[in-house]
Amino acid sequence: MSKEPTAVPRSSGAADQSGQAPADESFNNSHVLDPAATQDSQETIDAEMKQIHDAASGETQPRVNFPPYRSSLLRHPTKSMHHADPETIELWSPAFGHRDVHTLESDLTIQGNGEPLGERIVVRGKILDGDGRPVRGQLVEIWQANAAGRYVHKRDQHPAPLDPNFTGIGRTITGDDGSYQFTTIKPAPYPWKNHHNAWRPAHIHFSLFGTDFTQRMITQMYFPGDPLFSLDPIYQSITDQKARDRLVATYDHNVSTHEWNTGYYWDIVLSGSNRTWMEDEEGDH
Amino acid sequence: MRVDVNDPNADRTAEGKLVPTPGQTIGPFFGYANGYEQVHLPFRDGHHLVPPTHPDAVRLTGTVYDGNGDPIPDAMLEIWQADQNGEIPQETGSLVRDGWTFTGWGRCAVDNVGTYTFSTVNPGPTEDGKAPFIHLVVFARGLLNKLHTRIYLPEDTEALAQDPLLSSLDETRRQTLIAERRPDGSLHLDIWVQGQGEHADKETVFLQFPGIDYPQN
Repeated sequence: MSKEPTAVPRSSGAADQSGQAPADESFNNSHVLDPAATQDSQETIDAEMKQIHDAASGETQPRVNFPPYRSSLLRHPTKSMHHADPETIELWSPAFGHRDVHTLESDLTIQGNGEPLGERIVVRGKILDGDGRPVRGQLVEIWQANAAGRYVHKRDQHPAPLDPNFTGIGRTITGDDGSYQFTTIKPAPYPWKNHHNAWRPAHIHFSLFGTDFTQRMITQMYFPGDPLFSLDPIYQSITDQKARDRLVATYDHNVSTHEWNTGYYWDIVLSGSNRTWMEDEEGDH
Repeated sequence: MRVDVNDPNADRTAEGKLVPTPGQTIGPFFGYANGYEQVHLPFRDGHHLVPPTHPDAVRLTGTVYDGNGDPIPDAMLEIWQADQNGEIPQETGSLVRDGWTFTGWGRCAVDNVGTYTFSTVNPGPTEDGKAPFIHLVVFARGLLNKLHTRIYLPEDTEALAQDPLLSSLDETRRQTLIAERRPDGSLHLDIWVQGQGEHADKETVFLQFPGIDYPQN
């Protein structure tokens, strides 16, 4: 028997013997091509989604087990979620402020030496908790594809052009009324490998913090009237139309600016705060 | 969608709260950070709540697995914890760490073999006799909503025995939440997003807090 290892050890992430740290990104790994990707047709995916939707009603969050989204098959808990009451640290969130985020980081169109290509838009809205309180002074992060549907990411191999003037990352700190605003470029749809001829509707990823860490969430904002909505298993993992609508921004002419940008409006509601609020913390809402 | 707090017809839950916005997957392209560039969510030293050279630095590490027992190479983890005295940090500066201020929060994109590593301190008990834990939230491509869990320190067995969450779990499930302390002081806990077959008992206990639903889970 040879003593040579025949398989790549799983714990090869540590520094190797040459003392060099491994590259953070590598294409020598099988996960670049998603093993869960299939050649199923859109019709097959549609039929699976319809069957799930027909048996569901009134759900407000996505299913974590949603087989039409093939990557969810091995990546959802099979056991019931354990109901828990938040304790101590969970009733607070980390503090972010203007030390963390520069004001200019909310403008994704000024990160290069020139104007990025595409439709310049402003996205504006408020972050609220379940009681309607504005979430003040909290971190909001977004990331997105460019106007051609390409992400600045080594694993994105979609042969659409990168834009040297667009990284697609923005951050801001909410105002006293829970408001946020980003200036960016309208992202395009892009193909992915969930099934044959699969395309994601155009979207902007949002990462949000509340006043309790239990409210921490990541979601995606979509644009009104996208023809890809009904075909997309990520959007359709939310089985209820009313709940899906909560992810769609509204075109808002008051957010559009004369000869400069079109405007969209989108409010985000976090799950209810579990903390007992003091009157002076609460303020008016 | 626009939400009008004063609208009596605004969508509300049975508890009278505004219906929360649904979560969605973090997707494949949430980014990476390394020595020379950072893209999207991960940021330089995001996983170093204290520098690894800090005298009290503790390495918190493990691997994130899927239902086949394969490492998940595109997950992002965040921890949130009290300081060594059990105080809840409310200092800003997590995104631009100065090396001196403990903010209690960190973010780590797992590496190509699913490993996460944080440099942090042991949290103290937030109240006398309480079992100290680190809160963990998991995001990943393929995971349609966030998953919350806890990483308990293994030492205070009396406090662990009295912990309300741990006491409500059977012994096998309970073990998925308690880290192993290695001789070098590091804490180890693997996260099993899904456990099947021979790994069924390893599936991490994930927590559902009031106000958010996980339909059919």
